[in-house]
Amino acid sequence: MHARRTLNSVITIDEVSVGYGMRPVQSGISVRIEKSEIFAIVGDSGSGKSTLMKAMTGLIKAQSGRILFDGKTVEERMTNGAPPFGILFQSGALWSSMTVLENVTMPMDLLDYSAPAARAALARFKLALVGLAGDEDRCPASLSGGMRKRAALARALALDPAVLFLDEPSAGLDPLSARRLDELVKTLRDGLGITVVLVTHELESLYSIADRMIFLDGEAHRPVALGSPAQLAKSADSSKVREFLARRGRMSAEQAEVIR
Amino acid sequence: MPAQGIDPSWLARPLAELGFPPSTGVSALRVEAADDWRWGSVEAAFLARILDELRSGTRELALAGVPPELEKLLKLACASPRAAGAGATTLPGIVARVGLRARHGARGLRAFVSLLGEVVLLLPRFAMARAKVRGAEVLEVLAESSSRALVIVAVVNVLMGAILAFVGAVQLRRFGAGIYVADLVGIASVRELTPIITAIVLAGRTGASFAARIATMQGNEEVDALTTLGVSPVEFLVLPRAIALTLLMPMLYVYGCAFAIVGGLWVSASTLDISAAAYWAATRGAIGGANFAIGGLKAAVFGALVALLGCHCGLQAERSAAGVGSATTRAVVVSIVGIIALDAVFAVCANALDV
Repeated sequence: MHARRTLNSVITIDEVSVGYGMRPVQSGISVRIEKSEIFAIVGDSGSGKSTLMKAMTGLIKAQSGRILFDGKTVEERMTNGAPPFGILFQSGALWSSMTVLENVTMPMDLLDYSAPAARAALARFKLALVGLAGDEDRCPASLSGGMRKRAALARALALDPAVLFLDEPSAGLDPLSARRLDELVKTLRDGLGITVVLVTHELESLYSIADRMIFLDGEAHRPVALGSPAQLAKSADSSKVREFLARRGRMSAEQAEVIR
Repeated sequence: MPAQGIDPSWLARPLAELGFPPSTGVSALRVEAADDWRWGSVEAAFLARILDELRSGTRELALAGVPPELEKLLKLACASPRAAGAGATTLPGIVARVGLRARHGARGLRAFVSLLGEVVLLLPRFAMARAKVRGAEVLEVLAESSSRALVIVAVVNVLMGAILAFVGAVQLRRFGAGIYVADLVGIASVRELTPIITAIVLAGRTGASFAARIATMQGNEEVDALTTLGVSPVEFLVLPRAIALTLLMPMLYVYGCAFAIVGGLWVSASTLDISAAAYWAATRGAIGGANFAIGGLKAAVFGALVALLGCHCGLQAERSAAGVGSATTRAVVVSIVGIIALDAVFAVCANALDV
């Protein structure tokens, strides 16, 4: 499918349980995410999607099991000085005391990435990629929600990461901006060969960009489906997953009704 | 349905008290109401409760006599499974609460000590200019806690010196020892009051702003964004603040002392007719190098304490708007208590060392 795609498994999740306190929100998660894959974590509200992502990025510890990146745990990667992941937080999480440009150059400064003189130019290029050329000197507070998300994506791309995590990238965006963001993610994957892990509720994103998805069931506290969205929509074992994935047609029919 | 409607208090009373039969064996429920009965949420809630309590096991109760829309609503209300022990959540007893508070406090203390340790371990890196610290951030912290605090520190210290002189003048004049007001103001402010008052002003201004700033960053996932880059929030956020306040406080202290003495001089000159030269000479004789050294050391320690506690409260804050507020309050309260407690430790040490 993609020139750069190889069969290396970059992320291995092995019998992982995640949660806060003593009680696991999800357990028994096992999956291999391949290189250059766009992998979606899907599930109902409160099913532990973001918690799983936090465990993958090292913000919290998994309660049990292992999460490996090319055979190394997140902690090992951090202590080895391996390049960090790109992460787009749900709120954007731009550093509010800095301009948009400083937000993108900051990770490069902190981790001494590339030549100091080249950093501003690199940051401008990343900002142009997400369509924010000309907004470099603005403060995050003066940006719209969609622009903030895109600036945060530029920051996530600052260190040319091998893995990009997106936490509900289209939350709070209008449908058009959300589709543009999807397109961008897909282009980035195709162009740079990065692996993308995204948490999403958006069926539109799921169908248009995700190669595979895992569905976390919030009531059963375990994953109930793994596969490509189109295939799961037809033949998932869980009726909940089939129903979830079948909502798309109905939703657009309803929207069409409203527009009419 | 009774003509006067359902009394809302019935919702809270056991069904047996209202004359309902025990739940076994009821399979159908018929509701009688006038044709123009206006159904409200009290009636609906009451019916839902009856249906819920009278149904045996999973068997549905047949319902008759209610409008179809209401029946739909009631079915929906009864469909959600009864949570085991719902409504029975009781507050833990006083002993348990004391225990929980103590454990929470101990956890907070441990987090503070580990923060302190982390900052100390990072000092050599900072000294060699290898710490991941943003220059603009340091300058901002310096400006915020120094030049913008000058007016308030001056005002507070002048007034403090003046008050001390007033109190001293009234008492000392009786013994014809008015000139000792200079000693009183000099020693009290240089050794004790200026460091404490300046630190308290800083706790309210700067410590609170550190806590609010870091708590907000925490809520906006800005701290997470740093952590996932492999950059310690302690290094990036706490270290520059702790160093800035530790270095600035002694300077503010000297500045504050000057104003406290001016305040004392102002009152003495106007009420005791002591000349400025005589007052200054008496002050110089009274405040020795040791007093200045102790005061300066206190100021530096208080500065570090205010910065660390402010940052600690910010980092420990809950991720919500209320979390920011309570982190700010806690930072100020804990800082003031900490400043006074540390001052007591200083007093004991100075007494033991006889300085």
